[in-house]
Amino acid sequence: MIYLTRRAEFSASHYYHSPALSPEENQRLYGKCNNPHGHGHNYVLEVTVRGEVDGRSGMVVDLKQLKEVLHREVLDVLDHRFLNEEVPVFRHLIPTTENLAVEIWRMLGPKLAFCELHRVRLYETPDLYVDYFGPEKSANGK
Amino acid sequence: MVHLTRRYWFSASHRLHHPSLAEEENRDLYGKCNNPGGHGHNYFLEVTVTGPIDPRTGMTVNLAELDAFVHARVLEPMHDSSLNELPNFQGQVPTTENLCVEIFRILREGWPELESACRARLARVRLEETSSNFFEYRG
Repeated sequence: MIYLTRRAEFSASHYYHSPALSPEENQRLYGKCNNPHGHGHNYVLEVTVRGEVDGRSGMVVDLKQLKEVLHREVLDVLDHRFLNEEVPVFRHLIPTTENLAVEIWRMLGPKLAFCELHRVRLYETPDLYVDYFGPEKSANGK
Repeated sequence: MVHLTRRYWFSASHRLHHPSLAEEENRDLYGKCNNPGGHGHNYFLEVTVTGPIDPRTGMTVNLAELDAFVHARVLEPMHDSSLNELPNFQGQVPTTENLCVEIFRILREGWPELESACRARLARVRLEETSSNFFEYRG
């Protein structure tokens, strides 16, 4: 088994506001991130896929194909967007780095029929990143 | 379940010297790191928290709370310190291995203080002594 990681960048803005909390609680919890006009990041996304090396091509995945799917399914949707208002899923989900990493998995995983997605790592800043390895598997591995 | 990693840094000095070894043995074992005056590093510390996302807040742990906790417990006592002088290293050599394990122990000991991490756990401490030298401890 070998693991291949592709890195990509996108820039987007967001703000944090939970409808379950009062305005004061939102302000206290999220601080400056609660500003409704948003603020932005240069996100760095690492997508790791895994598999066996193909004996004929010497590759675990066709990188060109991976790049195309990554651009179409994720980067074109998120890059230079205001996540809260322009990406439908975040109308009802707070676009924290945690939720964004999980959503990127959901956007990408089903489209990678030609390889197996292993990890999504998302850097919001160089000092903060989230890893997601997909939904929990049950004890029998299903 | 997601794994959130926060990166911090602090500067400190240390000297690698084991009291039960002879001077010459210490010099052979630790080389330049045995220099009696000590030497310093800019350490980069990564703290990984594993847990579910709270649907109400979208968070695994409140970052402001985590930052304050790591600052109070680790960065404040260790930044610009001589590690050999700290109580934690009176009985052990402050190698980066021992420092990494010690930081994990300190954070785990205080973990119940972190209200927003009640469903999350400390999963990993990663400590970089230099850009080419780093250690990980998962408890």
